[in-house]
Amino acid sequence: MRKKKLAGVFMSFMVAAGVLAGCNSSASGDGEKGGKIKIGANLELSGGVASYGQSAKEGIELAIEEINKKGINGKKLELVTVDNKSDAAEATNGALKLATQDKVVAMIGAATSTNTLAQVQIAQDNKIPLITPTATNATITNKDGKVNDFVFRTCFIDPFQGTVAANFASNDLKVKSAAVLIDSSSDYSKGLAASFKKNFVANGGKIVKEEAYVAKDTDFRATLTNIKAANPEYIFVPGFYEEVGLIVKQAREIGLNVPIMGGDGWDSPNLVKIAGKDTLNNTFITNHYSSGDSDKKVQDFVAAFKAKYNGKSPDAFTALGYDTVYFLADAIKRAGSGDSEKIRKALEETDGLQLVSGNVKLDKNHDPIKAAVILEYKNGEQQFKTKINP
Amino acid sequence: MEVIQQLVNGISLGSIYALIALGYTMVYGIVKLINFAHGDIFMVGAFIGFYSITILDLGFFPALLISMVACAIFGVLIERIAYKPLRNATRIAALITAIGVSLFIEYGTIYARGAQPEAYPDGVVSLKSLELFGVKISGQSILILGTSLFLMILLQFIVHKTKIGKAMRAVSHDMDAAKLMGINVNNTISATFAIGSALAGAAGVIFGVYYTKIEPLMGIIPGLKAFVAAVLGGIGIIPGAMAGGLVLGVIESLVSAAGYSLWRDGVAFVVLILILIFRPAGLFGKNIREKV
Repeated sequence: MRKKKLAGVFMSFMVAAGVLAGCNSSASGDGEKGGKIKIGANLELSGGVASYGQSAKEGIELAIEEINKKGINGKKLELVTVDNKSDAAEATNGALKLATQDKVVAMIGAATSTNTLAQVQIAQDNKIPLITPTATNATITNKDGKVNDFVFRTCFIDPFQGTVAANFASNDLKVKSAAVLIDSSSDYSKGLAASFKKNFVANGGKIVKEEAYVAKDTDFRATLTNIKAANPEYIFVPGFYEEVGLIVKQAREIGLNVPIMGGDGWDSPNLVKIAGKDTLNNTFITNHYSSGDSDKKVQDFVAAFKAKYNGKSPDAFTALGYDTVYFLADAIKRAGSGDSEKIRKALEETDGLQLVSGNVKLDKNHDPIKAAVILEYKNGEQQFKTKINP
Repeated sequence: MEVIQQLVNGISLGSIYALIALGYTMVYGIVKLINFAHGDIFMVGAFIGFYSITILDLGFFPALLISMVACAIFGVLIERIAYKPLRNATRIAALITAIGVSLFIEYGTIYARGAQPEAYPDGVVSLKSLELFGVKISGQSILILGTSLFLMILLQFIVHKTKIGKAMRAVSHDMDAAKLMGINVNNTISATFAIGSALAGAAGVIFGVYYTKIEPLMGIIPGLKAFVAAVLGGIGIIPGAMAGGLVLGVIESLVSAAGYSLWRDGVAFVVLILILIFRPAGLFGKNIREKV
């Protein structure tokens, strides 16, 4: 008897749950209700690369505030944020929540490639456009020669960044031998290193040593001692700031004083904190934008940002987060509604849209064709060195 | 030259493992508990040191002292609250509690201050680096080695020459007999936790100065490595923990030097497995037959 009773209780719970679930889905609607358009942001707000997500979020919020002053087709944007804790599995969960529970019309993806790759399938399956502000790995928009039709990005891609770094090393620094130190747990790092090696060798340079580490390592002295023994003129470290800060610091400690260069993964105020101001001298990065650029669009953005965040200077993640919202808003406006398929089509047709980080025109792989800048660290400050067009 | 440089790197790393391993081994020696929260006390020590240096504006040695004292108190609190009620329970219950305490400290810290990492400020230690036969030894490495050695000698002195040390040895030998001889077992166990935790706190500050970056989950891997070091030397044996830590640090450096830096963590655990298979009592351990 007892068993039957339990089963009865269980059944009634199930029925109740079913009814409640029904309520839920009918209440949330399609993300475009009451004059509001819901967009999601799935960012690294805590964990190892929290600084990227936080920076991007500030840019996104500033852009939404500006856009909502006028509205898009009489509607306002509403942002739903989830924290993926700098973890790929959490990024997938977050994307699933945004797509199925919050029913957003479009998602702004994670700041890093690995966490964005973790969301691509969810965006494709649910037919919701996903735009990543800063994930530069080539396979995000194009896997095995097939374009992921719902996935877009606002930044340039790894091969371009690696090419720019290799050309800068050969032509401006005039070095002939290089060592490469890769974060083997990151798709981003491997992508940059591959294109760097290809172009550096094509320029007549020689790769004298290749070493690797994994994210979260703290002791690089042994590896760096190995690199030092190979006597390179230049080291390419396409990693993220937490490890890079330690790598640069420990390299200088063991007397490895050659130029060290990396990509946009270095761009964080924490890099200076970890490595120290003086140790960072003689290091370079390729990046999406520089707040030192004299372009009017850039300077207007810097001024607006400083006004909102007490004089803080925006980094590239902030700029691209800001640009991503304008990129999306422009497409929503042209699409004329919050319909995901129409937004996707409008995003694809974007041509010559003027953004802070340069003009955006998409190629057939959904990758923008735009310029890169090279920055040099001097006493802990990023100095604008040169701008390189594709 | 390169080999000597790698040895210096390894010994610096190893002495941090050794300091943490001492706490594991002392606690195990006396209550037969693998205190998995030990790595997290190390983390708490690093943060206390960090805040002492940045907020209170103290130098390295005062920060080290504050961190050691605070960690000692913290260690005793953990023992009194979490482990003491379970002293007569099964060992597996105490072990699971230790894992629970470990997670509690990790995520409690994240809750209190967030998961973002902090960086120890530059110039806490303003020692010049030393050049010996073309090998560059940084001032920090020398300081780490010096501090670790001093703490280890101090520990040997406490264990062998003081009354509390004698009590600790007696309790680890036979808890009931020690009680019958009038030794206050509770206080002795607390003292062991205090000393072990103080060493972990010191290791935390040294780690912070040497590696700069600290974060709430930083205790996990060094904690596990120190555990390997303690087993390697023979768990429960104090000189064993020191030797185990140094050996492990040097092995890791040499593995990286051979160009297999990605295998470094793996090798540490392979060492653990090999030791457990071929010399379960550890390098310094005596083979005592278990009474049935």
